[in-house]
Amino acid sequence: MAEGQVIDGIYFNEVWEDAGLDEGTKKLTPEKIEKVINKVLEGETGARLKVYVDTCVHCGLCSDACHYYLSHDKDPTYAPVAKVKQTMWEMIKKKGRVSPTFMKRASQIASTQCNVCMRCAMYCPFGIDIAYIMSVVRRICHFLGITPLYIQDTAHSHAVTMNQMWVKNDEWPDTLQWQEEDAQEEIPTLRIPLEKEGADIMYSVIGPEPKFLAQLLYQAAVIFETAGLNWTMPATPGWDNSDMAMYTCDNEIMGRVKRVHFETARRLRVKKIVMGECGHAFRSIYDRGNRWLAWKMHPVYVEHAIEFYYNLLKSGKIKIAKKYEESVTLHDPCNVMRGRGLYEMARYVVNEMCADFREMEPNREHNYCCCAGGGVINCGPPFKMTRMLGNRVKAEQIAATGAKVCISPCHNCHSGLEDIVSHYKLGVHVKFISDILYEVMEKPGAV
Amino acid sequence: MVNMESWDWDTQEKTVSDTNGWKDKFEWVEEFQASPDGEKVAAIVKTGEAEFSVCVNGEAWENTFDKCWYLRYGPDGRLSCIVSSEMEWTVAVDGQAWDQSFGYVMEVKFSEDGKNVCAFIQQDGMYGAAINGEPWENLYSNMTNFAISSDGQHTAGSVQTEPMDEGDIFKFQSGIFTAAVDGKAWDKTFVNVWNKAFSPDGKRLAAEARMTLYDYTIVVDGVPWSEIYSCVWEPIFNPKTGAVVAPVKVGASWTLAQDGKTMWNRSFVQCWQQIFSPDASRVAAVVAPKYGKWTVAIDGEAWHSIFDDMVSDMVFSPDGRRLAAVGKNDYDYSVIVDDTVWNGTYDMLWQPVFSPDSQNVAIRAEKQGRQTIVMNGKPWKQECEQVWDPVFSPDGSKVLIRSIEGGRYIRRVLPTTELTG
Ligand code: SF4
Ligand code: SF4
Repeated sequence: MAEGQVIDGIYFNEVWEDAGLDEGTKKLTPEKIEKVINKVLEGETGARLKVYVDTCVHCGLCSDACHYYLSHDKDPTYAPVAKVKQTMWEMIKKKGRVSPTFMKRASQIASTQCNVCMRCAMYCPFGIDIAYIMSVVRRICHFLGITPLYIQDTAHSHAVTMNQMWVKNDEWPDTLQWQEEDAQEEIPTLRIPLEKEGADIMYSVIGPEPKFLAQLLYQAAVIFETAGLNWTMPATPGWDNSDMAMYTCDNEIMGRVKRVHFETARRLRVKKIVMGECGHAFRSIYDRGNRWLAWKMHPVYVEHAIEFYYNLLKSGKIKIAKKYEESVTLHDPCNVMRGRGLYEMARYVVNEMCADFREMEPNREHNYCCCAGGGVINCGPPFKMTRMLGNRVKAEQIAATGAKVCISPCHNCHSGLEDIVSHYKLGVHVKFISDILYEVMEKPGAV
Repeated sequence: MVNMESWDWDTQEKTVSDTNGWKDKFEWVEEFQASPDGEKVAAIVKTGEAEFSVCVNGEAWENTFDKCWYLRYGPDGRLSCIVSSEMEWTVAVDGQAWDQSFGYVMEVKFSEDGKNVCAFIQQDGMYGAAINGEPWENLYSNMTNFAISSDGQHTAGSVQTEPMDEGDIFKFQSGIFTAAVDGKAWDKTFVNVWNKAFSPDGKRLAAEARMTLYDYTIVVDGVPWSEIYSCVWEPIFNPKTGAVVAPVKVGASWTLAQDGKTMWNRSFVQCWQQIFSPDASRVAAVVAPKYGKWTVAIDGEAWHSIFDDMVSDMVFSPDGRRLAAVGKNDYDYSVIVDDTVWNGTYDMLWQPVFSPDSQNVAIRAEKQGRQTIVMNGKPWKQECEQVWDPVFSPDGSKVLIRSIEGGRYIRRVLPTTELTG
């Protein structure tokens, strides 16, 4: 349970069992910890970390930015700066001479009590990026082999299959083919064009879509077909734009997965990549993974689904038959809102589709994180309550809108919000934009 | 190699097929594929309710299938397609399905001469490869990174050698992956094995591997290099000496290593896609000399022309003295040859093609939805709905251009001088 407990002289604000952390910690030695910490600090962090650490005046102005801190009734251990204090400051101060139990807590804090949402950086007078510092902690934990089990397994999946869900090479094209067949019942001319070299657009999605959410592939195909676009999907690895290795800070695997993604787009000679409604995947191909590979920007233009739908509606390529009647609110996912500024486009899309849109407060770049992102939901069932207890403010925010539907144009947010809605019994449905768009759009080709 | 001498290099222009009529014949016509000699144009077509086939020059194959995908001409001009009948999948070559069918076929690769057609297959939930329909004796519970030798007589994959329960991160980290060649796995296992390259004679195999979660190296025939790197990219063989060359990350920067020893005295922010010149005297790679700045380096010397987004599609001239590649800034692709960027940018460029005498470079290009051939920086006067890669005649005096114009598939043989002006 989420009771605080002192273990080996280290205070844990929550205690959960996780084999990745528990077994990994058993194998640690003080020498190995010291070596790895110093190797990462000296070899990889440079001036950025030093400036952040030297500049922080411990004022605590970042505290109220963090949904964990607010949801835990301002328990100081959840304040952003406290997360640094319990992890990186000690490592630096002690020159890496910290205990295995200290490192276990550091991993738990960095991996499950910070969504690397970057909200706090907006409230710090110096713009100190605590998410970055937590990523450095995760990087150290990666080298030490103390990453929570579920997300580590997901990183392994990326490493083998280049996708998030251990989807094998045949399962992906096979799934697209039966989605195509299903969708042809509705629109007989519909095609999901595989490996069409020279198409204008490569559509990429995240691993869970073929595994659990195949209806999203169906909906996307209907949207592409109706808009009359020249598009394709690769039949090879490179189709998945997601990246949990980014969140375990296994940067080498992150880079490998992103390289395959962009080289697949180049192989297919497409002019742009359109990606489904995912936030962290966008961050991985638009910010972290591409940059680790030395691409300053995305080498092939990447358009997030929000921008894609916006352009389709604005240009009239997709028309709305009848607006959605149910009251809706919109969750602003950190990675595409704070990270990319798509908030006004998202509002345009929602207002075009829906008759009754109600804003959450605060919203846009000030929105509270879903508490699932940053890899936290991918740490799996052992940490589910960390997310539930750590995001009461989100539940309150949604409830205050009175909306019956919460639109979330991000997979992690979507799954995280479904858990929040059910835990706090909000009676709200969580939907992707495409769920509603598919429902309300004109489909001239449908029989 | 393919014998191009026998191709028709005399007929200046002919409409091979008016594809406009195909749409009247079939309710569904997919994208066109042109044969290497330009004599044929083909597409997957729907011939009836849930019935598909392949149309070549207006005539459908006699055999029909429940599904067809990945239609491609091999280098010898035979046409292959992945096809399905009664829930089984196989490859059909010129309309004739292989005798053996599988649970699924997910990739097809051709030998350089096109004689061997190799497929990445799944059978009863097990994975492996098949050459001309003949599958490996041993299949594996998982396989990725399918590779073939240049003569197509050998196939390889990265395979899982032991079962692993879902989420068993400890078992995974003990190393349960390796490479399998012609169905036989290497003895030594690794945490991961990725891209592989066969030696030119097909007898040896090199692969990228991860020994622990963070120790990378190159493995040749199951034996890892003694050096460990923080990351590596795909290896290639020196076509003359048999040495293995791969990009490796040392500290924060990338360079090329040969057989485990640093090969270049320069390092870069990024370095990949290395290729040897045909005589193996030079090696080139795409490099980022500075963060976000891309160019080509030959034998470690970076070119001066820089692109912000990327450089790709490098190719050496047949004499090994020249090199062409594609670079991109923002939305604009350009051709770069011998460190000189051609005038003119395009919305899309394919891979440059050198003439046999290494004097001319031609490329398939697209601008504002129209495609053409650009030679030595000068676009051909004709703009088309689609063109395919240009092909030089063996003596380099002529260029074969395959195009679709107003729905007609046209085969042209033009004097090279007409394009160079
Ligand atoms: S969860 Fe967000 S607000 Fe809280 S510490 Fe992490 S980055 Fe800052
Ligand atoms: S607001 Fe900035 S300076 Fe103040 S404690 Fe937080 S990180 Fe440090």
